[in-house]
Amino acid sequence: MHIQEELSQRHVLSLTVSNEAGILARIAGLFTARGYNIDSLTVADITQDHGVSRITIVTNGPPKVIDQIMAQLDRLVPVHKVTDLTESGPFVERELALVKVAGVGEDRIEALRLADVFRAKVVDTTIESFIFEITGTTDKVDNFVGLMRQIGLVEVGRTGVVGLIRGKEAI
Amino acid sequence: MAEKSGADILVECLLDLGVEVVFGYPGGAVLPIYDALFNHPTIKHVLVRHEQGATHMAEGYARSTGKPGVVLVTSGPGATNAVTGITDALMDSIPMVVITGQVPTQLIGTDAFQEADTVGITRHCTKHNYLVKDPAKLAGVIHEAFHIATTGRPGPVVIDIPKNVQIATAPYKRPEPVAHASYHPQTKADAAGIDAAVEMLAAAERPVFYTGGGVINSGPEASTLLRELAAMTGAPVTSTLMGLGAYPATGPQWLGMLGMHGTYEANFAMNKADLIICVGARFDDRVTGRLDAFAPNSRKVHIDIDRSSINKIVDVDVAIVADVGSALSDMVALWKARGHEAADLSAWWAQIDGWRAKKSLDYAENATEIMPQRAIADLYKACTATGKDIIITTEVGQHQMWAAQHFGFDAPNKWLTSGGLGTMGYGFPAAIGAQMGNPDSLVICVAGDASIQMNIQEMGTASQYRLPVKIFILNNEYMGMVRQWQELTYQSRYSNSYSDSLPDFVKLAEAYGWTGIRIDGPDDLESGIRAMIDTPGPVIVDCRVAKLSNCFPMIPSGAAHTEMLLDPSQVKGSMTDEAKALV
Ligand SMILES: Cc1ncc(C[n+]2csc(CCOP(=O)(O)OP(=O)(O)O)c2C)c(N)n1
Ligand SMILES: [Mg+2]
Repeated sequence: MHIQEELSQRHVLSLTVSNEAGILARIAGLFTARGYNIDSLTVADITQDHGVSRITIVTNGPPKVIDQIMAQLDRLVPVHKVTDLTESGPFVERELALVKVAGVGEDRIEALRLADVFRAKVVDTTIESFIFEITGTTDKVDNFVGLMRQIGLVEVGRTGVVGLIRGKEAI
Repeated sequence: MAEKSGADILVECLLDLGVEVVFGYPGGAVLPIYDALFNHPTIKHVLVRHEQGATHMAEGYARSTGKPGVVLVTSGPGATNAVTGITDALMDSIPMVVITGQVPTQLIGTDAFQEADTVGITRHCTKHNYLVKDPAKLAGVIHEAFHIATTGRPGPVVIDIPKNVQIATAPYKRPEPVAHASYHPQTKADAAGIDAAVEMLAAAERPVFYTGGGVINSGPEASTLLRELAAMTGAPVTSTLMGLGAYPATGPQWLGMLGMHGTYEANFAMNKADLIICVGARFDDRVTGRLDAFAPNSRKVHIDIDRSSINKIVDVDVAIVADVGSALSDMVALWKARGHEAADLSAWWAQIDGWRAKKSLDYAENATEIMPQRAIADLYKACTATGKDIIITTEVGQHQMWAAQHFGFDAPNKWLTSGGLGTMGYGFPAAIGAQMGNPDSLVICVAGDASIQMNIQEMGTASQYRLPVKIFILNNEYMGMVRQWQELTYQSRYSNSYSDSLPDFVKLAEAYGWTGIRIDGPDDLESGIRAMIDTPGPVIVDCRVAKLSNCFPMIPSGAAHTEMLLDPSQVKGSMTDEAKALV
């Protein structure tokens, strides 16, 4: 007997939640307990009184599973609202990465040239290295990191995705 | 404002919330609360013998009264012992509030004596949980916890209270009801769904009501409305294990239970229906059988208070997210307003009568041994004859299924069983809880010889509180349900499914000051049951039944509704790996 897997799609989910102890464990635990995937998860406080946080989760799964994930998240007591950005119309998504690259001579120049093309900023430098700060979609960051790997990538830190719907309304 | 200790605030809140009974067990981390409860004039504390017992008692109390069950246990082992019952309540949507003691806040995280991460451990087996670190927040949390446990889809809520928070003081006043920031269960259905459901029902040629525990949870009014809607439409009614009693077993449109051990007519009606109205049930795997063969030619309406139940297993045509009672009342009103009449369903009923003629619950009687089905049927007859209010609880196994099949329930809240989690050890404490909440009812736990031993220590609890519960053991000296699966799947290799070294249940009864009765054969059955019912105090009946009887009909795992086994001759004795891998 072999176990079969279903085709899955990438979805960006945006949640607002009460900012209380254990909320992240509740959400992360829901994903593990029910066998859902987390590609990335970001969380930060977004209100003046520190009462509400926004959590952005990139997940993947077949449409039925995504629908279940939404419903299961919505059922958690501290969750205010769950939106599937991927389904709710045009939206902006960004992540930030810090990319450390080491090299000398021509490699150094090439790294700077590529950084310019990607609108990455230099935030730290030594004679033999740079740290670039880049923001963009996951694809853009992936591409930048891929190119730097060929030059002398040392290490990468990424924030994971945050997203908002386009236009003047809030979700 | 006068300040009160955390422990006093807790007790004050319980009073404000109308709590009459707490099932609990003391320990270091709850001593302040126990002191606040000492000789309390109105809140009765039932001292259990094991914390798991407390949780099932609370479940039995809740399920039979409609009020939330309340549990109080200490930190560490007290809390971990409660986990099974908490999970059981989550799976069966039972309103329950569990108060756990915790080590003082400054010791949290230090591996202190009897420290366990109770909120961590119970996070995914509760509807919600809290760790309260500030006595000023306690009252708000307790009121919120009861609100969450009892509204929407009911469930267990844990409140973990460190010992120093029980002792520290804070001003107390009864909290005003506040709108919760994020918790707003939808109880009223959208009109479009009700409209669609009513029109589909009016046009259906082969409709079936498939009802579940949600009808019971919604309150007795929902059962009344279900009966009204069923009568108006003339459609047949079947139910899950959890929903028995919502529609009366003596009602004309009753098909019996559906699913793995459901009747032939219920499962065939589901298979051939053109419209299924699922009312407060959740398309559980015990009910659907093989999914790709489940009700293949039907349209489906699903009424559920929990949005996540909808399209989870089976895709439906119309989703109605609402409290069952509210949705049924809307449907009844709209059916009347539209002037619908019951359609002519005679062809459908003729087909159903054909399936009924199979008499799928029949079994071969035996002159020398008591057939377990016969024992339940006789128990039902004797109970009905008393004219008393009867509450039946069960343990888990064959006896549970036989009780579901052969005992008839005509009212909601009279049948208490562990459906979702299937917890052996549930039934007896649940009976104690039910008896606490219903002192005048005849409460009987139908048990198996193996299951009863899982919480048998609670006999002491029943003795102490003079609770006249009856335990009726269908003693087959096997874990019968396990043995049955081994017969179906593993060529009858009975690996560890026999009951060796059983206690003498009659002597055990005597040891606890109960009455013990042994029923050895068919000739003693009626008189033994009579004696049990007529004995005023608690009774154990050790009813010796045919050891190798199996529970039929049965849809084996991975089979379709139409592939039921009706009797032992159809058992093949082995299965494919795919079927073996299913639960
Ligand atoms: C706590 C727990 N452990 C194990 C099981 C698995 N199980 C289901 S039925 C059963 C046997 C029950 O035997 P008994 O109580 O004698 O009932 P019978 O089937 O013989 O009527 C077992 C072990 C369970 N449901 N619950
Ligand atoms: Mg047994």
